[in-house]
Amino acid sequence: METLGLYFHIPFCKSKCPYCDFYSVTDKTLFAPYKDALCEEIKSLRRCRDFVGTNIKKRIVDTVYFGGGTPSLWGAHNINAVLQAVKENFTLSDKAEITVECNPSSPDLEDFLLRCAENGVNRISLGMQSAVDNERKKLGRSADRAKILHTIQCARKAGIDNISLDLIIGIPDQTAESLQESLDFLISTGVPHASVYLLSIEDGTFFDKNRHKLNLPDEDTAASFYLQTVDFLNKNGLSQYEVSNFAKSGFESRHNSRYWEQKEYLGLGSAAHSFVNGKRFGFDRSIQNFLNAIAPEDMGTGGDFEEFVMLKMRLAKGLTHADCKEKFGFHIPSALLKRAEQYEKHKLLTIDENGLSFTPEGFLLSNSILSDLLDSLQEEDI
Amino acid sequence: MKEKKTHIRNFSIVAHIDHGKSTLADRLLEITGSVSKREMTQQVLDNMDLEKERGITIKATAVRLDYTAKDGETYTLNLIDTPGHVDFNYEVSRSLAACEGGLLIVDATQGVEAQTLANTYLALDNDLELVPVINKIDLPAADPDRVAAEVEDIIGLDCSEAPRISAKTGQNVEAVLEQIVQCIPCPEGDDDAPFKALVFDSVYDNYKGVIVYVRVMDGTLRAGDTMRMMATGAQFTVVEVGAMRAMGLEPCDALRAGEVGYITASIKTVRDARVGDTITTAANPAKEPLAGYRKVNPMVFCGIYPADGADYEALRDALEKLQLNDAALTYEPETSGALGFGFRCGFLGLLHLEIIQERLEREYDLDLVSTVPSVIYKFHLTDDTVLEIDNPTKYPDPAMIAWSEEPIAEVHIFSPPDYVGTIMELCQSRRGIFKNMDYITSDRVDIHYILPLNEIIYDFFDSLKSRTKGYASLDYTVIGYEKSNLVKLDVLLNGDMVDALSYIIFSDSAYSRARKIAEKLKEHIPRQMFEIPVQIAIGGKVIARETIKAMRKDVLAKCYGGDITRKKKLLEKQKEGKKRMRSFGTVEVPQEAFMAILKLDDQ
Repeated sequence: METLGLYFHIPFCKSKCPYCDFYSVTDKTLFAPYKDALCEEIKSLRRCRDFVGTNIKKRIVDTVYFGGGTPSLWGAHNINAVLQAVKENFTLSDKAEITVECNPSSPDLEDFLLRCAENGVNRISLGMQSAVDNERKKLGRSADRAKILHTIQCARKAGIDNISLDLIIGIPDQTAESLQESLDFLISTGVPHASVYLLSIEDGTFFDKNRHKLNLPDEDTAASFYLQTVDFLNKNGLSQYEVSNFAKSGFESRHNSRYWEQKEYLGLGSAAHSFVNGKRFGFDRSIQNFLNAIAPEDMGTGGDFEEFVMLKMRLAKGLTHADCKEKFGFHIPSALLKRAEQYEKHKLLTIDENGLSFTPEGFLLSNSILSDLLDSLQEEDI
Repeated sequence: MKEKKTHIRNFSIVAHIDHGKSTLADRLLEITGSVSKREMTQQVLDNMDLEKERGITIKATAVRLDYTAKDGETYTLNLIDTPGHVDFNYEVSRSLAACEGGLLIVDATQGVEAQTLANTYLALDNDLELVPVINKIDLPAADPDRVAAEVEDIIGLDCSEAPRISAKTGQNVEAVLEQIVQCIPCPEGDDDAPFKALVFDSVYDNYKGVIVYVRVMDGTLRAGDTMRMMATGAQFTVVEVGAMRAMGLEPCDALRAGEVGYITASIKTVRDARVGDTITTAANPAKEPLAGYRKVNPMVFCGIYPADGADYEALRDALEKLQLNDAALTYEPETSGALGFGFRCGFLGLLHLEIIQERLEREYDLDLVSTVPSVIYKFHLTDDTVLEIDNPTKYPDPAMIAWSEEPIAEVHIFSPPDYVGTIMELCQSRRGIFKNMDYITSDRVDIHYILPLNEIIYDFFDSLKSRTKGYASLDYTVIGYEKSNLVKLDVLLNGDMVDALSYIIFSDSAYSRARKIAEKLKEHIPRQMFEIPVQIAIGGKVIARETIKAMRKDVLAKCYGGDITRKKKLLEKQKEGKKRMRSFGTVEVPQEAFMAILKLDDQ
């Protein structure tokens, strides 16, 4: 039976970051009721029973991910209560990867990390965003560089060596030099994993409303920052394995890889998404609706070939004939390869006997290229 | 025998844009009880959304009102609305020919404008009795005495009896109705003479077919009669006759001499009921048709193409329907290497063009791509033939051209004196030849220029408005052709010529215009996947060049918590975005780029 990943969305933040449009609230009085609702759902699965059936609990859970929001603000006792419920209701693999997202400015992180580690958490993803303090301030992040280092040390002291640092590039006023400072710092910490995101201005955020006042790097500069990052991390032991993710060999995020490999995961909590039994569904963003046991929204069937191409192309190894053959019984369609040729000519794609993959320059244009490549599939009946 | 139809008045309202024509029409409908206050959604006569938004009347429409005057008698008043924009002089002349008189509305804060004058002359050409009305007296800036004096000075109409009103508040509007009854002559005609009616408008109705709006000059027409169109000879059995009421059509037993009304006769195509034609009956035909209208030919042409080639038929149907109600619109099929199958359309002016485009897009839900507008150029060839072209792609082999001509127009611009400098600068930059300048009053100047028509049809009107904060008004008449040195500019994107962007231009302007076009295209064509050269050429010679940079990044969205659908939607959006573009080879050009290269004034 296929293994399963579990995702828990923890929609609480101390305050809203000016660039973030992700769902979060600041009301602490909801911490406990939310924990209770998650534990109860793990046990009864009453909100998503129509999607998951009864057999799901028999599947071996080999990744667990607490994302947010800010799970580290929510507190170790809540995380542990959820983990306890998982252990009681599912078969949690001994080798499971259990990740918690942390904000270095959350209080009592030392205690938090120790207590999480005691209950099996073995990986953290730390929202560093930048190692340059005034860039962090612009992003609404209060912790300074010393605090980040301290958090990394605390994690290691608690026995968690599998640490990922988040980096945002394209921050207002960022320069190639200030970016390099963050990259140097990242490498100097010796962490085995990094996630790098280009700042995108989302509708309705503070950054969106104040766009004209922000000195945002232009398209060319932002692109060069990305290439600088990819090049530097690749050369310093963190190899790019996905459009935004870099790791030492063996430290690739197993949970996130489920998304790109079309493997199944169950997401619980407000705004959490799932892919189970070939179906995609997601809870809406309201905490109240989750507390009130409103069922998730059906988002249709997942796992088709278009989706497969879209997700595989996020990976550095790209879309391979072998993977296509294994999953769908045919090789990469020739119409798609033909469409890809012009991009190869401009060094945005690599085509070889294994299949095709983006170059770093191609990753930057992956939306445009992918929509064109997928368009080619309409010409061919598959 | 001719008799006076003493209880009928046929009139139109003549005014400059924004002087309150539609508001006054609304008020007249209200006071005569044609429309109740409750039913009064603002401006019944302007029933096209576009007209409401732009605040101008595009189509002529007519309505019958009943008014009991102070003399105790009840009169039938037929109001025939006229458009107020320079492009629509043709429509104005159609409406005026059906009337005996008109109301000349002048804004008490603005005074006489270029269009006021132009429409006045049109009305006088049609022997109409004009009744001046001073509107907007409720505004603080109103100066009715000054404006009345202006009307007397400039137009020569006696304003001593002119009603001073506020159409907005309704103040003194009754006086307008009294003036209509007293000053506008009643129609004359013979009910027993052979039937003769002038078609001044027609609308297409899905149920009734073409509804023909007529002014009856002589005779009587009833349902069941066989009517004949004198120009085409087509015959139809009359199904219904009646009057246009504010709230809809009102059938009646007969239409008689002097009346304004409608006829339906299961007419399927408007070609059989041309505006300007004369209707008579088969049983007792008139000998001579009425004098038609001053038929104005289209002066501005452009290619209109469906963004999606599959919509070609839908576009043709839409154009056919629009033409039913807008005889000034012409179209014929054409093909473009870049755009595929579409139509070469002719318009009265640029505003007319924009309105038709917008109507096609809104009312018929079509996505369109339009080419650069053109006027009709004349090329005298070495073999002594003359080639008239309205499409740059038909530009002849330069070696064959002996000499060429372009249309020129006489232009009057009315403006406060403060803007004379900037207006002259604009006209000068458009190859204008200054004729003279008159101070009509101390704060109004008439600037008179001769300008090539192709300089007016691009963004002249917009530039004039923005340079004068909207205070200047414009009127122009094409007066003929003049010798000119014309070349064709071609646009090459990524080395491929885009015929839809070709442009015929005065040769001395070619270099500076070419540079500007290249810049505009660079500015309005978004970065493409690959670097694209933009070249502007005359013949084989490139005279301007820009490069559209290759795109470097699009949105790299995080897959939040496994939300794949979000990512999928992003790709969908990407595809949608592409649909709004037009592909030329590998280059995607948004519609704005086509329009942007017409905006030449940098001020």
